[in-house]
Amino acid sequence: MEFRPILNALMRNKTGLLLIAAQVAITLAIVCNSVFIILQRIEKVNRPSGMDENSLFTITSLGFAPGFDLRGSIREDLEALRSIPGVVDATTINSVPLSNGGWSEGISLQSDSVPEEQRKTEGTSIYLVDEHGVNTLGVHLIAGRNFTADDVSYRTKEDKGGVSSVIVTRTLAQTLFGEENAVGKVIYSSIPGRNGPLTVVGVVERLQAPWVGWDKVEHSMLVPQYQDGEFDSSSARYLVRTEPGRRDEAMKEAERKLGEMNTGRIVRGLRSIEEVRGESYRQDRAMTVVLTTVIFSLLAVTGLGIVGMVSFWVTRRVKQIGTRRALGARRFDIRRYFMIENLIVVGIGIALGLLLTYGFNIWLMKHYELPRLSWYYAPLGALTVLLLGQLAVFGPATRATRVSPAVATRTV
Amino acid sequence: MFGYYLRLAMISLKRNRILTALMVAAIALGIGMSMTSMTVLHMMGANPLSYKDDQVRRVQLDNWDKNRPWDEDNPSEPPDLMTYQDVVNLVQAHKAEHEAGFFPNVLALEPDKREIKPYMVEALFTTSGFFPIFEPPFRYGGGWSDAEDRGSARVAVINDETNDKLFGGENSVGRKLRLGGEDYTIVGVLDKWHPTPRAYHISGGAFGDPHQVFVPFTIGIEKQLVSTSNNSCFEDSEPGYQGLLASECIWVDLWVQVKDEADAQRYLSFLNNYVQEQKKAGRFPRPVNNRVRSVSEWLESQRVVGRDVRTQVWLAFAFFAVCLINTVGLLLAKFMGKAPEIGLRRAVGASKPAVFAQYLTESGLVGIAGGVLGLVLTGVGLLALRKLYAGTSIEKLAQLDWNMVGLSLLIALVASLVAGLYPTWRACQVQPATQLKTQ
Repeated sequence: MEFRPILNALMRNKTGLLLIAAQVAITLAIVCNSVFIILQRIEKVNRPSGMDENSLFTITSLGFAPGFDLRGSIREDLEALRSIPGVVDATTINSVPLSNGGWSEGISLQSDSVPEEQRKTEGTSIYLVDEHGVNTLGVHLIAGRNFTADDVSYRTKEDKGGVSSVIVTRTLAQTLFGEENAVGKVIYSSIPGRNGPLTVVGVVERLQAPWVGWDKVEHSMLVPQYQDGEFDSSSARYLVRTEPGRRDEAMKEAERKLGEMNTGRIVRGLRSIEEVRGESYRQDRAMTVVLTTVIFSLLAVTGLGIVGMVSFWVTRRVKQIGTRRALGARRFDIRRYFMIENLIVVGIGIALGLLLTYGFNIWLMKHYELPRLSWYYAPLGALTVLLLGQLAVFGPATRATRVSPAVATRTV
Repeated sequence: MFGYYLRLAMISLKRNRILTALMVAAIALGIGMSMTSMTVLHMMGANPLSYKDDQVRRVQLDNWDKNRPWDEDNPSEPPDLMTYQDVVNLVQAHKAEHEAGFFPNVLALEPDKREIKPYMVEALFTTSGFFPIFEPPFRYGGGWSDAEDRGSARVAVINDETNDKLFGGENSVGRKLRLGGEDYTIVGVLDKWHPTPRAYHISGGAFGDPHQVFVPFTIGIEKQLVSTSNNSCFEDSEPGYQGLLASECIWVDLWVQVKDEADAQRYLSFLNNYVQEQKKAGRFPRPVNNRVRSVSEWLESQRVVGRDVRTQVWLAFAFFAVCLINTVGLLLAKFMGKAPEIGLRRAVGASKPAVFAQYLTESGLVGIAGGVLGLVLTGVGLLALRKLYAGTSIEKLAQLDWNMVGLSLLIALVASLVAGLYPTWRACQVQPATQLKTQ
């Protein structure tokens, strides 16, 4: 093999070698880390929320007329919503999963009698729903029971309402109780003086918190309560589940019906959960598109750069190639020469690139709380760049094989 | 002489079109990528009140829990909002030139015209200091007075959009506005005002739209409203609205205007004394940790610039670096290929500086072509970003800005000249004799 002569020839053109190697190195580092970020985002966007997303929508009623009767209107609205053709069930809800706006609270296994500094608390999102909540959300109860109408209380500005039973997600149950059965266990809110002991009556398989970027996104707790003007005097938010494929017609009907029932209020915020999800993950989706564009443009630029440089090298070496051909080198040998040369140059770039890749990853880990790059990214990335190099060099190398041996005899 | 170099450069660039196209494309792509992300970063990081950075100050008091800091990841950071009682105390003490305490809530607006259905507006319940501090431009009228603040006068300032919608853009000062079932008198109409980021109310979203209606703070309290953006408590308040007002829950923004940095320090010591006083009453269990931040410090502390955007900027510059290295390589290839020509020109008397100038002109030309094409790509990139981020804050920020246009062209030119430097220098090293020998 002509490994040594190729290396010697390369060493005489250190600048060109360095330029290609540097490009390859940066390309490798960016491609590996970008693919890593993209896959993480895709995983995040695709994880299930636990709800029956495609059949759900939300709508808000906001009374403005003086003396607006919120309790009465909630009762009427729910009845009206549940009677719309195609609707499976409806509930009130304080905040919508995936919507990025909601409540969280700390809960603890120890009561107020334990000093606060010694209590261990866990954060969880809170959903206030009625006894139709579990069915409307479409979450799966895997242990215990659902709420009954007797569990549901009213929560007002003056009175937080007595709550004694709650339903938690499996992940929250595991965080609090490990592998023990959570049903029947007692928990406390970390907020002093609130609601006394809460008994876990049921566990649902999965229900995400409203904040898609939260590290405890699987921690949710359902609380059986209607909100009666706790924050503003007269608003109520509803969540409605329809039969598959009938969501859009039910949405129109719900808006019309609620609007006609009472003119002392405004009906707004009509949105399907599909829409809510789209908005919450828009940034993540956008980031994957941006990074994909960067990856492909970068590979293209590096590839074309190699084509340009090698073309130039071929032109410069026409005489050398001609001489070798005259001395008996086959076309295959000429092509192999350039391919091996490219392998060496790209190889040097990859060696540098691996250092950069891990450096970049460490920086991302530090500043963006990204996990460590899985081991297979770097070798796969290296292979890609190597193939790109071979692909790029193929054209100019083929042109080199067409150099006639006669060139050698022309001008020496 | 320059004209001659330019002509030579054009001829040379035309001779090897593919190589030229590759170089221009590389620079254009690099510029396009980096300028697209830079524009967004630049808009996010902008300070709409930079001209008053010494005067406009964000007040923060650390009233949080004895055992738990406000921000677990950054324990020295005081809460970002204030309690009702502190805002009222500080506004009443009036130790600054102006004070703006406010919170948003929604009100139903019932237009006089029957053909417009009632709709919800996000109103800012604010003290009168808001207008002199943030200086929103008025088309008609102005803000309200301290006396009107104290008397909960039913007065309102509306923005241009609301005025266009309700009154067809006429001077509506003195007319009535029906809000939440009550009549308000319009005292001012704002002109177009869109501070980006919305520095005055970060907790409601740094890139949200400015508020449509402004009414006195005390009206919101009278109506027993709380903020629709953010309410945080570390302990439960006593029941009822009065309980909330007396609690340590934070939900009100407070800004003051002072004269200068020294005055800000004086205000800070006033705040520290105030907290010491309050400690006697059993409040403020944490060590004294108050802030009087300027708008730029405030934006920085609230991390207004998104992480994804920062990552994109880093990536874009790495990308730009690859494009530049590429251009250096291609220019080198090109200029070295011209060794015979250079040799000839040197042999017939061209000086090294002349050759240097000529090839640098050629690199510059590539840079300008790349820059112009890069600007087109930046435009396309921003358009794509607006589509990708439709409905999020970034959508509004992806606008081409004339400063960025100038900067792009400058960067393209400088980058191509830098890229051309080494190849040009190498070209000048060509010995006339050796080249002529092989002709």
